[in-house]
Amino acid sequence: MSALTTLVVLLPLLGAAAALTQAKRPRVQTLITVGVLTAVLAIGAALLVAVDTNGAIAVEVGGWPAPYGIVLVVDRLSALMIVVSAAVLLAVLVFSVGQGLADGDRETPVSIYYPTYLILATGVFNAFVAGDLFNLYVSFEILLVASYVLITLGGTEPRIRAGTVYIVVSLVSSAIFLAAIAMIYGATGTVNIAQLTVRLAELPADVQLTLHVMLLIGFGIKAAVFPLSFWLPDSYPMAPAPVTAVFAGLLTKVGVYAIIRTEMIIFPDGELNTVLLIVAALTMVVGILGAVAQSDIKRLLSFTLISHIGYMLFGIGIDTAAGLAAATYYIVHHITVQTTLFLATGLVERQGGTTGINKLGGMLKASPLIAVLFFIPLLNLGGIPPFSGFLGKLALFEAGANNGSTLAWVLIGCGAAVSLLTLYALARAWSMIFWRDAEEVADYENPLAMSSENSSSATVESVRTTPRIMVGATVAMVAVSVALTVFATPLFDLSANAGENIDGPAYYVNTVFPGGLE
Amino acid sequence: MNASLTLVIIMVVLYSVGVYLLLERSMTRVLLGFLLVGNATNLLILIVSGPSGAAAFYGEDAATADPLPQAFILTAIVITFGVSAFLLALIYRSWRLANADVVYDDTEDLAMGRRRTSVTTDRPVDGDDTEFGTRAAAAISTAVDLEKQEEREEQESLAAERRQQELDKKEGDA
Repeated sequence: MSALTTLVVLLPLLGAAAALTQAKRPRVQTLITVGVLTAVLAIGAALLVAVDTNGAIAVEVGGWPAPYGIVLVVDRLSALMIVVSAAVLLAVLVFSVGQGLADGDRETPVSIYYPTYLILATGVFNAFVAGDLFNLYVSFEILLVASYVLITLGGTEPRIRAGTVYIVVSLVSSAIFLAAIAMIYGATGTVNIAQLTVRLAELPADVQLTLHVMLLIGFGIKAAVFPLSFWLPDSYPMAPAPVTAVFAGLLTKVGVYAIIRTEMIIFPDGELNTVLLIVAALTMVVGILGAVAQSDIKRLLSFTLISHIGYMLFGIGIDTAAGLAAATYYIVHHITVQTTLFLATGLVERQGGTTGINKLGGMLKASPLIAVLFFIPLLNLGGIPPFSGFLGKLALFEAGANNGSTLAWVLIGCGAAVSLLTLYALARAWSMIFWRDAEEVADYENPLAMSSENSSSATVESVRTTPRIMVGATVAMVAVSVALTVFATPLFDLSANAGENIDGPAYYVNTVFPGGLE
Repeated sequence: MNASLTLVIIMVVLYSVGVYLLLERSMTRVLLGFLLVGNATNLLILIVSGPSGAAAFYGEDAATADPLPQAFILTAIVITFGVSAFLLALIYRSWRLANADVVYDDTEDLAMGRRRTSVTTDRPVDGDDTEFGTRAAAAISTAVDLEKQEEREEQESLAAERRQQELDKKEGDA
């Protein structure tokens, strides 16, 4: 099993190198990338089963003993994250293959797309198994650098502008994170997460608080937590549709995952729980109010993404095993559903030629399948029973009610209101795009007729027919998101166990140091 | 633990200048700011990592310095190097495309603000605030001065009203 753990990181990295050598042969590149991600998905599933039956795994890379060398740790949470992200990465990859093949790769220089995508995957997987803070920093950098390339893909003017904002903000958060690591190392003499939990507890309270806040700010920028979320709706919508989908699904969740580790293992005292809960409420409310005002689907979805990060923080802030279990389930649900919505938006953009809500109309008749593919994740995100969004929110509210404090009740109220507003914002967009007649759109021009005026009809045919493979990938994602409801019991049991494992550092420390610390 | 005061002062200066530069519109200055902040962080790692003056590995019984922070710094330097190369390419691309190396406003966001109420945004800075001086098309070519535009629209509507009134008057006279 320990060899498998390193493979999760190594395979995508080596795959990226292999894909880069095949720059002239896009078909071989596609095969390598799909093969690698399928392999990681299988390994992730194997790890999940192994971890669930035999307990967490810690691998000492290169044989260096734990506090000195690099440790990779896989517990239930990590394994679950690996499986879900591998599945999402694979589905989005298939989607982008379909798009790329049909478009003739004019906008995406194919020779770097696949290798960069695999490096992004490397960073994501490495972040999930990192057992020391510096390794976590390196994996953040790996995935960020890959995301810089992906967000500016093609180098068009709007993408360069959006990319600049994204890059500068990410650089600042990385600098804060690195400075926090430097100070933590200076204070404790270690960066091993399991050892930190013991050594940090011995520090004076004010020093602990400073280090804690610095880490949270660094991760908060990456997770798009309210006061630090301003960059997200500006930058994500500009990227190509599949890239936006994978960013929205995964990158912010890596930040949330890091916040979970910080709150539960590095600083298990929970002294900032109140702050986290308040920030969670603000993230939910401010995010969704932004979404209601938007007139572009991609921007609207970016705002709902921010808003729903608040739910996960809610689960973390409650700081009980039940809260963490709910947060874990919610992360899995949200990764799947948010990615599906962005993929469906990609289909809408392709079919209608735009993502402006005011410019689209009458698409229900034109493409009923896309309408359904958009509608199911919409209900899911809005928390309509019996979908996983409802189950996740229910579990969160239950955990909050058990907590019983006034703040928890306020958050439950906010959560309920926000899920209604999510439904409102998305249903409004849906009914404008799909339900109203094409004639109702004031400045509506049939995209087919419009584009046939400027270009030869042959290209229009190839651009406007939506390739089956794109629809297929979206259907698969919708199926996965529905499966989260169908298999809710085993998944929720798993989340509950994961929640118990990460509630408090004892389990983690035992995994890394089976013989005890010092 | 004794830290060198000189190093601390250098770090503070690097951080403050770096943060100042990061807040600029011009991307070249942002790049310089990023480099300064990166180096300041490297210095921070060096300062907090214990006594200096010894080699990381030397003999078996001689005094050694902690090798781990040096590895951190080395990794951080490599990352900074890679990212600044990417930023330079980005700045060059932006210059080729827009003839300016500044960060534009988010136009969608501005449109959203205009639709609601009048919001104050960043005023366009002076024309020479880019590394390319007057060669740049404009300091921020896409920045929209919301207040001025609204004033203009108001004046236009007032003028139209006045014309209408005059017309009505003439008709009434006739």
